[in-house]
Amino acid sequence: MSLKLLSANHGAGLAATLAGRANRTGRGFCSGVYPITPSTECMEYLCLQEIEKGRVVKVESEHSAMAVCIGAAAAGARSFTTTSSNGLAYMAENCIAAAYLRLPVVMAVANRTIGPPWNIWADHGDALMLRDHGLIQFYCADNQELFDTVLAAFRLAEDPAVMMPAMVCMEGFILSHTVAQIDVPDQALVDAFLPTTTVPHRLGEAPHALGQIDLPHQTEMHRHQHLSAMNGAARVYAGIQDEFEHIFGRRLGDAVVPYRADDAETLIVSMGTIGATAERVVDQLRAQGQKVGALRVRLFRPLPSEAIRAWFAGKQRIAVIDRDVSLGFGGVLWGEVNSLADPGTVVQSYLAGLGGGDVRPEHIVNMLADLQPRKNAGHPAMMEAA
Amino acid sequence: MMNEPVLGGMAQTTLDRPDPLLRMGNTNCGGCGLSSLMQMMRHAVADQRVHLVVPACCAAVSAGIYPQSTYGVPTLLTTFASAAAAASGIATVARMNGEDTRVICLAGDGGTYDIGFATLSAAADRNEDVLYICYDNEIYGNTGGQRSSATPAGAVTSNLSSAKPEEKKDILAIMAAHRVPYVASVSLAHAEDTVRKLRRALDLKGFRFLHVLSPCPTGWKSEPAMGMELVRLAVRSGLYPVIEIFDGKRYVVNIEPDFSDEALDMYLSLQLRFQKSGISAAGLRPAIDRHWQELRALSGRIVPARRVA
Ligand SMILES: Cc1ncc(C[n+]2csc(CCOP(=O)(O)OP(=O)(O)O)c2C)c(N)n1
Repeated sequence: MSLKLLSANHGAGLAATLAGRANRTGRGFCSGVYPITPSTECMEYLCLQEIEKGRVVKVESEHSAMAVCIGAAAAGARSFTTTSSNGLAYMAENCIAAAYLRLPVVMAVANRTIGPPWNIWADHGDALMLRDHGLIQFYCADNQELFDTVLAAFRLAEDPAVMMPAMVCMEGFILSHTVAQIDVPDQALVDAFLPTTTVPHRLGEAPHALGQIDLPHQTEMHRHQHLSAMNGAARVYAGIQDEFEHIFGRRLGDAVVPYRADDAETLIVSMGTIGATAERVVDQLRAQGQKVGALRVRLFRPLPSEAIRAWFAGKQRIAVIDRDVSLGFGGVLWGEVNSLADPGTVVQSYLAGLGGGDVRPEHIVNMLADLQPRKNAGHPAMMEAA
Repeated sequence: MMNEPVLGGMAQTTLDRPDPLLRMGNTNCGGCGLSSLMQMMRHAVADQRVHLVVPACCAAVSAGIYPQSTYGVPTLLTTFASAAAAASGIATVARMNGEDTRVICLAGDGGTYDIGFATLSAAADRNEDVLYICYDNEIYGNTGGQRSSATPAGAVTSNLSSAKPEEKKDILAIMAAHRVPYVASVSLAHAEDTVRKLRRALDLKGFRFLHVLSPCPTGWKSEPAMGMELVRLAVRSGLYPVIEIFDGKRYVVNIEPDFSDEALDMYLSLQLRFQKSGISAAGLRPAIDRHWQELRALSGRIVPARRVA
């Protein structure tokens, strides 16, 4: 173990490097990459590492970056890529293909607003665009968590019962470019944590085809298998948390992270770094005697519905803060968790920090002030960051 | 096994790959050039380890319905624009693992000239160890025969009400400009030409590009049995130059056309796609002559593009 000062981008690149090296006794590591702000530094970092039995292919587009990863994983290698925003939108067709081909590609997404109009700052709308197509999604709140989650994502994605791509998301700049301490394990520990990659359906000797025509009943069967694997991923993840702790000596974050939520009457629900700010607000308001707690959804796909439902039980009010908006609907996270609350609970959607606006404690305090007198939930409320 | 024992006079031998690359029961249209190509490829591939990469196109449909596969080798079906990039990943992993795998892309003209063009160019630029074969039926066959940038001038397609005015994109020149080790056009009507080029391409390392004029009776509105004859006429008339380009520099003309208008008129008259537009040999000849003048200059042979009677 060694403590290193790293940006989250470099942390993700380092985690991928260690994971790549860990597969040197297997079929190696192969990654396709293409630059876009704010994930560029992750890609650059990876390109400059020496990886025994590893190669990073510098392609001409994100679409091809994921295609290289698809080829690499189909050939049985460990694979990783990183992107943001329009890069993710451009890559989307192949992200979905990787998922439906059940290939365990891991990607670090530095979340950014999709343009034009061009905006390089954080927004979860890019990654959420891919929520429905069989990719695991994590949202992280600090550098260590991001580093740990990337390592764990390889283990989870490559688990034979899971076998699908995993996205590990960090808000652009807020996290991607923030330099903080990361506890970096030795290669030997990573080797112990990550068994060599086995893609059971990889191209080998047997003349089978990957991705050929499915008739409707076959697609139904494949979706059913994918759904079961996705639902089972949460259980697999819990096992990985124990393994992680056993090997690295620290706990890997839970699927949902509660903060002073037990006896709370009001709950602040969010994803990513807003969750860290929400915890500050909870402390502040608790000091004033208000029974407020927070819940951070770290694992968004599969959505840990039962855990969320359990934390929602008995709450009076819930503020769901989205750094995204599904136009014509409201916050995406809000839409997901709304139905998990008791019938009497007021679940209000707040849209904040869109396009990278700073979400500070006072903004969340204002939301709670807005929520407190409400008897019923209203339309999704857009809180502009001043 | 219902495999043609003889290909253009070339007998199948014990050296050939014992299993066909394209198995019986496939759903290709009768007279599809791809079927002939796969037969000849079986001849060329022999005992080599092959992985196929097929983007969305007719060849993806040829693979058949899950879980059976028509292809006799492991095959990855990719999105439309991705073949060359996915093949790069496979080839990279094969090389890292010391495996002597021939990674072969089998893509239509749409996936090559159009939507997959940037992907193709980038893989060629990186000189990936990939053999890219474009079977060119000069339309988007799989979606019912729309225009592509490989559709020749004078042809009518399902989305063109009259003859395509633009000339076919010169894909060989473009690939040669990438200075890759080997670029060649292949005549399916000359089995020895096809097999020799396939073998040469299979034996080379780095990025190799083969262009195959692939008859499509469905799209060309021609007799299925006339496919090979059509290719022969295209070669004879000079419409389809059969050449090799080494390292982007050395041009070799492999088959000398007779440049006869008779052959060209015959080629046009046997396909309803040209009949509909009324294009004639005289209409196409100037472009053919221009192309051959360039080829003569590039191949260093000063032979007139047209024989003067
Ligand atoms: C991104 C995308 N756009 C469109 C399609 C629909 N599509 C499938 S195959 C095809 C045409 C393929 O044409 P070509 O590459 O010439 O091969 P052919 O079908 O003639 O064999 C099209 C347009 C698709 N699968 N993916």
